[in-house]
Amino acid sequence: MPQAEAANEPGATRAPGPGDGRPAVRLDRVTIEFGISGGQLFRAVEEAGVSVGAHEFVAIIGPTGCGKSTLLNAAAGLLLPASGSVEIFGRPLSGINRQAGYLFQQDALMPWKTALDNVAIGLEVAGTARSEARERARSWLARVGLASFGERYPHMLSGGQRKRVALAQVLIRDPGIILMDEPFGPLDAQTRLIMGDLLLKLWSDDRKAVLFVTHDLEEAIALADRVIVMSAGPSARIIGDFPIALPRPRDISEIRVEPAFQALHRDIWHMLKGEVLKAYGTGKIGGEA
Amino acid sequence: MTRISLLAWQVAVAAVIIVAWQVASTTHVVGDPDKIAFFFSTPAAVASQIWRWVVGGSIWYHLWITLLESMLAFVIGSAAAILIGFWFARREALAAIFDPYVKAANALPRVVLAPIFTLWFGLGIWSKVALGVTLVFFIVFFNVYQGVREVNTTVLSNARMLGMSERQLLRHVYWPSALSWMFSSLHTSVGFAVVGAVVGEYLGAAAGLGYLIQQAEGVFDVGGVFAGMFVLAAFVLLIDWAVTLVERRLLVWRPEISKSGR
Ligand SMILES: Nc1ncnc2c1ncn2[C@@H]1O[C@H](COP(=O)(O)OP(=O)(O)OP(=O)(O)O)[C@@H](O)[C@H]1O
Ligand SMILES: [Mg+2]
Repeated sequence: MPQAEAANEPGATRAPGPGDGRPAVRLDRVTIEFGISGGQLFRAVEEAGVSVGAHEFVAIIGPTGCGKSTLLNAAAGLLLPASGSVEIFGRPLSGINRQAGYLFQQDALMPWKTALDNVAIGLEVAGTARSEARERARSWLARVGLASFGERYPHMLSGGQRKRVALAQVLIRDPGIILMDEPFGPLDAQTRLIMGDLLLKLWSDDRKAVLFVTHDLEEAIALADRVIVMSAGPSARIIGDFPIALPRPRDISEIRVEPAFQALHRDIWHMLKGEVLKAYGTGKIGGEA
Repeated sequence: MTRISLLAWQVAVAAVIIVAWQVASTTHVVGDPDKIAFFFSTPAAVASQIWRWVVGGSIWYHLWITLLESMLAFVIGSAAAILIGFWFARREALAAIFDPYVKAANALPRVVLAPIFTLWFGLGIWSKVALGVTLVFFIVFFNVYQGVREVNTTVLSNARMLGMSERQLLRHVYWPSALSWMFSSLHTSVGFAVVGAVVGEYLGAAAGLGYLIQQAEGVFDVGGVFAGMFVLAAFVLLIDWAVTLVERRLLVWRPEISKSGR
């Protein structure tokens, strides 16, 4: 067992241990631009600063199209910022972020692999023997409640089941940083609650750094240690940073009725509302001012 | 519709056609039966011709030759197309340079190449294989090229984030994607391999189904031509059925295939 662990996680690329105090992710004055038609540049995100502690759960919230996924892609190393720096555990990031697991907004499972193989592949490509990788994948599928679905292909799973497979696929590699982009976006309200509880349960076992994008404010407050608010794009900025001092462990369906939760919700929504309206370019919705 | 009733209907269609053919070529209901029999032969004559081929055993050799040519054309054409398709898809400059030539070569009616291939490869099987290869190659090539180019970007990013190296990406992402595109055109490419073989034989050969048909045509043996066509049709149906089996096995992960494949 220890041998397999060592093969899987070579010391050189391993995240520095906790306790060294460096943030797991630090985006400093990051500006991201896209080339669009006619050689023009579209500035999606401007001078954004985000930092996530080694054991911290940070949620990013903002109106649709503001640049949340873009920011996450920069932290993942999939996008190079036009300016600003990205540091991972104190080291500047170049290329793919090897310490991060990324749960994508869209379906990202390999459709030609079964659920089990999809979960196992992250270990396999890191050199774990196939039989052992599959064994551990089986136990991860069980942890996300899909023990009997291992032999199914992604198209034979429901949207929520696919998200759970994707979650297992990311977590089995035991990344020091977990990036999640609206992981429960397409799910119904009840399933979101169940998935949120599952996520908190898995996270509380070993408290990795989490950067969690959502457009659901209640979800953000219920899950996170800090909620970061982005302004409407283009040139979206970070406009708010709210610590969430609610006790853990939390039950995310019950926490919503607590006064402290509602006070936070009021404060953050006060800031967010204007941005959401701006994102639709109207300044008002219906008759409401 | 159940399987049995479907089969019954399919047999019924054949029966109706054969009966109509028999009536037209032996009675005065439609017109002069001798004339009709001259142009269309009669079911009995065609059946007895096929019977003689099968019992006499001469047909097996010709079938084997056509099958061999088709298989070789398919395998060689696909292998070349996969290699070059991958290569072009990963090297954009190369694809851009060769783009007009690929298009021009694909637009060329391949039949005009048959005499050249006969000149180059002789009257044996290889000139037919070459003709089949030119047909199979482009179908597979375009599909593999597309399959590699149109890999879902999220799946690709995800694979990268899961720690895959370029080689592992090739094996776990690009390859399955390209293969799925290739298999989706498997019926067409196998069909074209057969077309290449038969047309090649028809234009000049010493064996094969195309040769049989051409020989019968040379002596105005309409019964022989029809008999050759029926054997060819049965041959193609059998191959198509085999392809369907292979496809179901290989593409279980695709929604359309597994739904129809019960
Ligand atoms: N490849 C691209 N080229 C040009 N513009 C892009 C590209 N990707 C994103 N954008 C633009 O950047 C902005 C931010 O996009 P992003 O996907 O990060 O939004 P988001 O906050 O994740 O939105 P949502 O909540 O709807 O997922 C959008 O205005 C989008 O149109
Ligand atoms: Mg997004």
